[in-house]
Amino acid sequence: MANAEVEGRPGVAAPPDSPYAIELKGISKAFGPVQANRDINISVPKGTIHGIIGENGAGKSTLMSILYGFYRADSGEIFINGRLTAIPDSQSAIRAGIGMVFQHFKLVQNFTVLENVILGVEDGPMLRTSLAKARAELERLSRDYELDVDPDALIEDLSVGHQQRVEILKALYRQAEILILDEPTGVLTPAEADHLFRILKGLKEQGKTIVLITHKLREIMEATDNVSVMRRGTMVDTVKTAATSAEQLAELMVGRKVLLEVSKGPAHPGEVVLSVENLQVRDEHGVDRLKGVSFEIRAGEILGIAGVAGNGQSELLAVLGGMLEPGNRASGRVVLEGGQIALQGRGADGQSRRRAGIAHVPEDRQHFGLILDFTAWENVAFGYYNEPEYQKNALFMDNDALRDDTRRKMEKFDVRPPDCWLPAKSFSGGNQQKIVVAREIEQNPDLLLVGQPTRGVDIGAIEFIHKQIVALRDAGKAILLVSVELDEILSLSDRIAVMFDGRIMGFRDPEATNEAELGLLMAGIAGNGEAA
Amino acid sequence: MDYDTLLQLLASTVRLATPLILACIAGLYSERSGIFDIGLEAKMLVAAMCSGAVAYASGSAWVGLMAGIGGSMVFAAIHGVASITFRGNQLISGVALNFLASGITVLVAQSLFRQGGRTPPLSGDARFNPIDLPGADALQGVPILGPFYHEVVSGHSILVYAAFAVVVLTWWVLSRTRFGLRLRAVGENPAAVDTSGISVTGLRYAAVMITGVLCGLAGAYMATALQAGFGKEMTAGRGYIALAALIFAKWRPVAALWACLLFGFFQALALRPDVVEGVLHFKVPGPFLDALPYILTVLVLAGFVGKAIPPRAGGQPYVKER
Repeated sequence: MANAEVEGRPGVAAPPDSPYAIELKGISKAFGPVQANRDINISVPKGTIHGIIGENGAGKSTLMSILYGFYRADSGEIFINGRLTAIPDSQSAIRAGIGMVFQHFKLVQNFTVLENVILGVEDGPMLRTSLAKARAELERLSRDYELDVDPDALIEDLSVGHQQRVEILKALYRQAEILILDEPTGVLTPAEADHLFRILKGLKEQGKTIVLITHKLREIMEATDNVSVMRRGTMVDTVKTAATSAEQLAELMVGRKVLLEVSKGPAHPGEVVLSVENLQVRDEHGVDRLKGVSFEIRAGEILGIAGVAGNGQSELLAVLGGMLEPGNRASGRVVLEGGQIALQGRGADGQSRRRAGIAHVPEDRQHFGLILDFTAWENVAFGYYNEPEYQKNALFMDNDALRDDTRRKMEKFDVRPPDCWLPAKSFSGGNQQKIVVAREIEQNPDLLLVGQPTRGVDIGAIEFIHKQIVALRDAGKAILLVSVELDEILSLSDRIAVMFDGRIMGFRDPEATNEAELGLLMAGIAGNGEAA
Repeated sequence: MDYDTLLQLLASTVRLATPLILACIAGLYSERSGIFDIGLEAKMLVAAMCSGAVAYASGSAWVGLMAGIGGSMVFAAIHGVASITFRGNQLISGVALNFLASGITVLVAQSLFRQGGRTPPLSGDARFNPIDLPGADALQGVPILGPFYHEVVSGHSILVYAAFAVVVLTWWVLSRTRFGLRLRAVGENPAAVDTSGISVTGLRYAAVMITGVLCGLAGAYMATALQAGFGKEMTAGRGYIALAALIFAKWRPVAALWACLLFGFFQALALRPDVVEGVLHFKVPGPFLDALPYILTVLVLAGFVGKAIPPRAGGQPYVKER
């Protein structure tokens, strides 16, 4: 195992009493062709709560995993308390005084709290003394920081909020001076989240440094002293929280990019295709993800849903697409072409949705849109292999017909290379997405659900996919577009709905609004009335 | 059935349960660390052949035992490399090793000794012989307990006592030591172990090698204590019965002991059809008696014993992710 600490090199005068707990200089990290972090610089003053905010996939978690020794940076330097520190593994990070609370807890479910706390930092080969010492220490910590948990409780019997406290206790028991929390409130109820922030403030008063990773603006504004904004792998800006506003942060997160021109004529909305009334979704932890969403989409119309990721858009797509996670409860009324559709249970699966005329380009194409190890033609067949035109007879599918059909779609959608025998994973992100879009659009659905159609897709493919979506609209179909890219929403939509915290904050006409106004709505600052 | 017959039956149970206990505890280490091992059979068979051959050549059961453990550990290491280092499918690796062991043991024994795939019969110091515990004869006069001590407790080979000691030792290691805590953790949530700065790979290799040692003991016991030499397929599915017992016991050491004794009791019954007939007053077909332990295995594996929750990370290679 490599030595954890590299002494300050000669010539690099690292003051031992640096005001900064963490300084990252020029950190870059790539996963294959994807540049997750590009030349990141950040300084976190001691004894502060520092927020790192950005969209999903902006590179926040990667950056913090580098700091915790889970990944190694391709280049760049890490200074802890002013001293150049190499962090090749988690053990080095722990020794450097860094503790991390992961988004998905790293706890052993059928162990007690005490056993989880001492795992890896036992005092000797026998457990008895370690357990006794940890028990006394936990008592002190829970008194000092409102971190009360029963040390003898099994993790699997604890609520998510309490499990998170165990993670914090683990870090503190390892004498962490720097605590990193990755999306800590994603699984918490509002009351639990408030309690967490009280704990964090208490820790700060004791001189600990806290890094809070989140995509929720409200938390940043409430809890942090400084905030750094990340976008697409780069550090956009670091500002004092007191000197900024939720709107400004939303704007920084989403970014002002050159508008991609989409040539599209005026919409000619027809009959109502989809009508959604008071749609609610509650997840397995009892957290409300959708809190009564209502809207209509007409034929020949694109309704764009804007919003910072994690405000209910995914759940909206899931329930409409028949992909609601087990454990989630949905209620409300959804009417498609005059007929009410089931929200869960029988008739609420992807197959039924497709039969009803709903096609779905899911947000996460690699997990839900494709089977990466399967060939292109098999992927194009998914969801539609029961159609009569692909049956040879009562027993067999007509694979030749499927392959011919795939070749035609690949040519029409300019999928490169146009080889239907290639596994899906061999295509670039843009071409993978074209395969999914081709499959869904070519079925000629009445309603197309599209989630993040151009995430991780190159410019050329973006333009092509946008054109196809507009063409489907002009053919008189209804389209629900969900995207966190504001410029995509602005350039494609005929109407925009902005979601925040499971609600629609308002409807806007893309011609009559701008990013500043949408940013306000996205930050949860109420708009002036509904302008549908 | 009189008391003496019962004692004979119980003594036979202890002898027959011993390889099951050793193999079952062997499997327990591997599976509690998250590595499924259906190759217990393979390791026992290899150990039986190695110990039988070397005990014959050296004339020492102890040297044979060491050879058996060595052979078993080689197979354990192969399973470790396949399933830990190369993250292969643990079931496939286990099945492959079972086939390999089944063939290679006979091949080697045949090419060494030319006795139809057997090793030559062992006698004297080349076998682990029964040892009398102190006072076994003196206390025989004590009613009930005396004969029980003499027949059932005393008079087994040292490996039988080792097997019972291993159970207690394993219980203590798992519940009281740092290694046990980490071993249990790595089978439940390796990510928790990894983020605590402990090597998942190191822990799992340690567990798999312990499995090798214990299977070596089990196999050597078969060839140098229970019987006098290695014979083709002499383990006769005991590796699978041990796995069934492990599931039956829900991966807990002391419960595993009782489960193995139960299976051993059925095997002992199969050897005494006269006793069964005497108790039931009708003749049970011999093949049915022979099949009893296996039928019990099927019932256990089919879930008739209630829900058995295996270690949560069992069977899954550990890949680091956030």
